[in-house]
Amino acid sequence: MVYQRINSNRKIKMSFLELQNITKIYPNGTKAVNETSLNIENGEFVVFVGPSGCGKSTLLRMIAGLEDITNGEISLDGNVINNIDPSERDVAMVFQNYALYPHMSVFNNMAYGLKNRGISKEEINNKVNDVAKLLEIDQLLTRKPSMLSGGQRQRVAMGRAIVRNPKIFLFDEPLSNLDAKLRNQMRLEIKRLQRQMGVTSIFVTHDQTEAMTLGDRIVVINNGVVEQVGTPKEIYSKPNTKFVAEFIGSPQMNLFNCIIENGIAHIADMRINLNNSTNIDDASLGIRPDDILISDNGQHTCVANLVEYLGSDMIIYSKIGDQEFSCKLSSKINLNAGDTFKFDISSTLVHLFDNTNGSRV
Amino acid sequence: MKKVQFKSNYSQYFFLAPQLLILLIFLYWPIIQTFKDAFTMQDAFGFGSQFAGFDNFLFIFSDPSYFTAFKFTIIYSFVITLITGSIGLLLAVQANKVMHGKSAYKTLLIWPYAIAPAVVGVMANYFFSERYGLLHHLFNNLWGFNWYENVFDAYIYVIIAGSWKQISANFIFFLAGLQAIQKTVIEASIIDCKSNIRRFWTITFPLLMPTTFFLIIINITYAFFDTFGIIDTTTIGAPGSETKTLVYKAYIDGFKGLDLGSAGAQSIMMMIIVLVITIFQFRYIEGKIHYN
Repeated sequence: MVYQRINSNRKIKMSFLELQNITKIYPNGTKAVNETSLNIENGEFVVFVGPSGCGKSTLLRMIAGLEDITNGEISLDGNVINNIDPSERDVAMVFQNYALYPHMSVFNNMAYGLKNRGISKEEINNKVNDVAKLLEIDQLLTRKPSMLSGGQRQRVAMGRAIVRNPKIFLFDEPLSNLDAKLRNQMRLEIKRLQRQMGVTSIFVTHDQTEAMTLGDRIVVINNGVVEQVGTPKEIYSKPNTKFVAEFIGSPQMNLFNCIIENGIAHIADMRINLNNSTNIDDASLGIRPDDILISDNGQHTCVANLVEYLGSDMIIYSKIGDQEFSCKLSSKINLNAGDTFKFDISSTLVHLFDNTNGSRV
Repeated sequence: MKKVQFKSNYSQYFFLAPQLLILLIFLYWPIIQTFKDAFTMQDAFGFGSQFAGFDNFLFIFSDPSYFTAFKFTIIYSFVITLITGSIGLLLAVQANKVMHGKSAYKTLLIWPYAIAPAVVGVMANYFFSERYGLLHHLFNNLWGFNWYENVFDAYIYVIIAGSWKQISANFIFFLAGLQAIQKTVIEASIIDCKSNIRRFWTITFPLLMPTTFFLIIINITYAFFDTFGIIDTTTIGAPGSETKTLVYKAYIDGFKGLDLGSAGAQSIMMMIIVLVITIFQFRYIEGKIHYN
């Protein structure tokens, strides 16, 4: 669905959540979000990802109503919500540190938002009990948050959001306070619950693995600007900018500074034929570590400076000229630090960026 | 951690001596002396004394002016706790909301805390002076204010004098308490509850309970003991003995009336009262408080 306007006031077709030219400037002059526009459809799971301080949380908080909007318009389900009180936007938020009310029992934590909306006691009881069962916290309802483990608190925080049955869930890095094992478990659970309930969700994270695994679509944000919006696959296979290329994917994509003459990339004394006729003075040639093809009859030869063994895979660190790169390959191959290896770089697997503006060529 | 060993066995006593000496002279010795006084009867001219058992205690219990002081102290500490607590909380909540010039407000609101009670009393004296006192004139125009004769008016005088400075103490602690509340908890409640007032009473105030509890004890202790200088520089207990606190009465009876036995007994009674109040607070109020 594409947003269209006939004139300034008449809208034809709208997305479920629309951000239009959203700008946030803090009183001290910092521009946290700059002219961001975004459409999110009903039932979608969208992940905002970017380095810390990129404005992703600010954007989320503006949707929640916790932050004023300097410029632009946010509409939810057809209504502009810029000036609507956070409690009346019908959004629910899960915070990084859970933000449970420490003086209330788990039950009251979950019931608080319902009580304030004038829902009957019986209905509150039913709803809270149902959600508690769904999240397997029905044994904990009488406990205070201080008596819960991190994972349990996380569940209560989710329960508090779910019980309200809002139009949209907002997650502000909810997994970053959990240990690695629990984080993976909760990640799956969040995904499962979202599918089950079909509620539109926005999830903010700085972790690209979380972004890739959770999102129907990913919004990569850097310096308050949206760098790319797309499905995890699109973002991974066709990064629009150098920033996205570096940020998404682990291990990080190799980027070689090079000169391109007539479709031939010059990296130190290495030549890579790109099979086209581009000419760029200052380019970056990107190739993912697992796209480097190692074979005995490869064109190029390098020395493995360092080998990192990861079980099924291993990562080899090497250098072309003075530019470091890594390649990922099956650990079945017998290669040790100090050995030379041969490899090919296929022109169909490389990503080319213009260094002057960082955009994809 | 590494332990430092000194060779001498005595150097620690040497270093502790100044502090111990101060405690000994100004705390332990007076306590012992108080107990001694409380159970003896002194000659008014200081020539001799004899053991009196519980006579001093029986005497203060049969003295109606002791009960007047008792009644006043209870009312005084209750009203001061209530007034300073609620105004301090109100100011702290407002100051916490201020975006610009926050530190200026804070400094100005904290200042009165640094003023000695006796000086506060002297200042209150000016405000309630019959000739040029601003508050005296205000109240006089409203209902014919006369604290020399009217007990209620005298109460107003000492309560205002006693509250002003203590509001600052309440303000500081409430402000610190407010700032210790997790910001995201407040934000979560903003999404959950529209009404500011309801949010305050259901989230902010319960989370301030540890601070409130602490301040109740501090305020009661203040009203009991620290207002001595204020009473002495304002009403001096007038009209009659209606505005004498227990501490002030013990002082007057002991040092002005030279009845050290009665003053000693009163001091011990005061100790018991404070003990009872504190135990009561810890037993019945603290259990209902959530500490983070």
